[in-house]
Amino acid sequence: MDYKLPFKEYNKALRKNKLLGLKCNDCGSITCPPKMACQECQGLDLEIVELTGQGKLLSFSTHYIAPLGRDNEIPYTVALVELDEGPWLLGNLIDINPRKMDMGLIGQKVTTAGRVFPGDTYSDGPIARPVFSLVE
Amino acid sequence: MRKVVILGLGHTKFCFNSPKTGVEMLAEASVEAILDSNLNPRDIQSAYIGNVLGTFCEGQATVSQFACDDIGCLNIPAIRYEGACASGSIAVREAFMWVASGFYDVVLVGGVEKATAMGTSLATRTFCMGTDSKYEFGTGLTFPGFFALLTRLYATQYNLPLSRLKEQMALVSVQSHKYGMKNPHGQIKQEISVDEVLKSMPVCTPLNLHDCCPFSDGAAAAVLCSEEAARKISSKKPVYISGIGLATSGKMSSQYKYLPRLRARELAAQQSYQMTGFKPEDVDVCELHDCFSIASFIAAEGLGFFEPGKAGEAWEKGDADIGGKIPINISGGLKAKGHPIGATGVSQLYHITKQLRGEMEENGVQVDGARVGMIDTLGGDGCICNLILTTDGI
Repeated sequence: MDYKLPFKEYNKALRKNKLLGLKCNDCGSITCPPKMACQECQGLDLEIVELTGQGKLLSFSTHYIAPLGRDNEIPYTVALVELDEGPWLLGNLIDINPRKMDMGLIGQKVTTAGRVFPGDTYSDGPIARPVFSLVE
Repeated sequence: MRKVVILGLGHTKFCFNSPKTGVEMLAEASVEAILDSNLNPRDIQSAYIGNVLGTFCEGQATVSQFACDDIGCLNIPAIRYEGACASGSIAVREAFMWVASGFYDVVLVGGVEKATAMGTSLATRTFCMGTDSKYEFGTGLTFPGFFALLTRLYATQYNLPLSRLKEQMALVSVQSHKYGMKNPHGQIKQEISVDEVLKSMPVCTPLNLHDCCPFSDGAAAAVLCSEEAARKISSKKPVYISGIGLATSGKMSSQYKYLPRLRARELAAQQSYQMTGFKPEDVDVCELHDCFSIASFIAAEGLGFFEPGKAGEAWEKGDADIGGKIPINISGGLKAKGHPIGATGVSQLYHITKQLRGEMEENGVQVDGARVGMIDTLGGDGCICNLILTTDGI
């Protein structure tokens, strides 16, 4: 059985700022990032849907130590967002000075776009990653 | 199933920049465990070895077979087990199965890592391989970052001001450093204050350097055998592996609503509790996976020692110290003893077995009358192993 939404397709769409997810035809819930089975009921009958990318910020962490080859990105902020459609998505919080980030950000509304990490020695190619911006 | 006894123990010093190779460290800990068992290397029937990054640390895969050959355990099945930072305890669980089933009577279990050889940047990169390479690593998420995200979720979930939570978390590092001073195998020999933790450099906000365990080199080993074989070989007070549990989870976003609790831990602990009939209050001493200060709170709650959101208060009251409700990480934990990831689970087994044998008096860290001990080890996004050791062989 093939993945309904393999990484390659999800990645290609996110590079164009389009966030894809999977709707379960058994329970109706949304899975994103994609998996082979619904993350709510493990159903295998899924269909691809485009998500709004709207959600609220649940957590974030500004990184001051980076993995090999990524020192040029420091400081960068990794964030967890709960999308309006239900799933949680990991990405980078951008367009805000890390020194101005505090717990007051939790619960704030964000929108999602895509940016590309070009990959490194141990990756097998570029990886699109979600980036979140606060809704003014 | 047969009862399984921990017969002998071995442990190298945990340190930065070991002059020994990974194979040498593993071999030295293994021979110590075999001699402590009153056995010879040729008595070992099979070996189960935790090792994660030998390929990156030294360009060395399958450390298990080279170490076993070096010490004279010739031509035995000697296999490497990998479950990120839980590799050592996963190897113990595997070894337990082979003895409990009756297939082998006497086996070696061990673990080794030489992570500091990589330097911080490469070590950080290779540890990130325990996250999802496609859906997490692109963001630059590291493991301190993983637990930093859980820290803010924890503060929100349990309605704790972050400043209060950070002070509570600092107490974990303070206690671990206090006991690291007393561990002859420990990596960090330095007392630390709450203020020093709070003022140490930020690694991944809100975690500072002293909320994080170090990269480490070191090895640990043990000999496991059937109860019948133990009676013939050794007159030492037996310590049994009575409960085992193992569960896994996927990437962080896939664990979503359950966070900051870690379901794999709770399931693994339930397996051990069910197997032994024990409850959390029956456990006398515990070594748990304190890779980051907040990880201790989440673990202690997940194992059932404290109510969710209350672990910080427990550390404040001394409930996790000797004399408290449940003494935790009296070895100094991953934070001060060190965390050579392939060895960590076996090192935890070493320290709990010593506690149950009553052999920690000389270090001044014996938990009086300890009869039931627990080990909890976490690897990657979610591979969590639990062991219950007893003096009574339940």
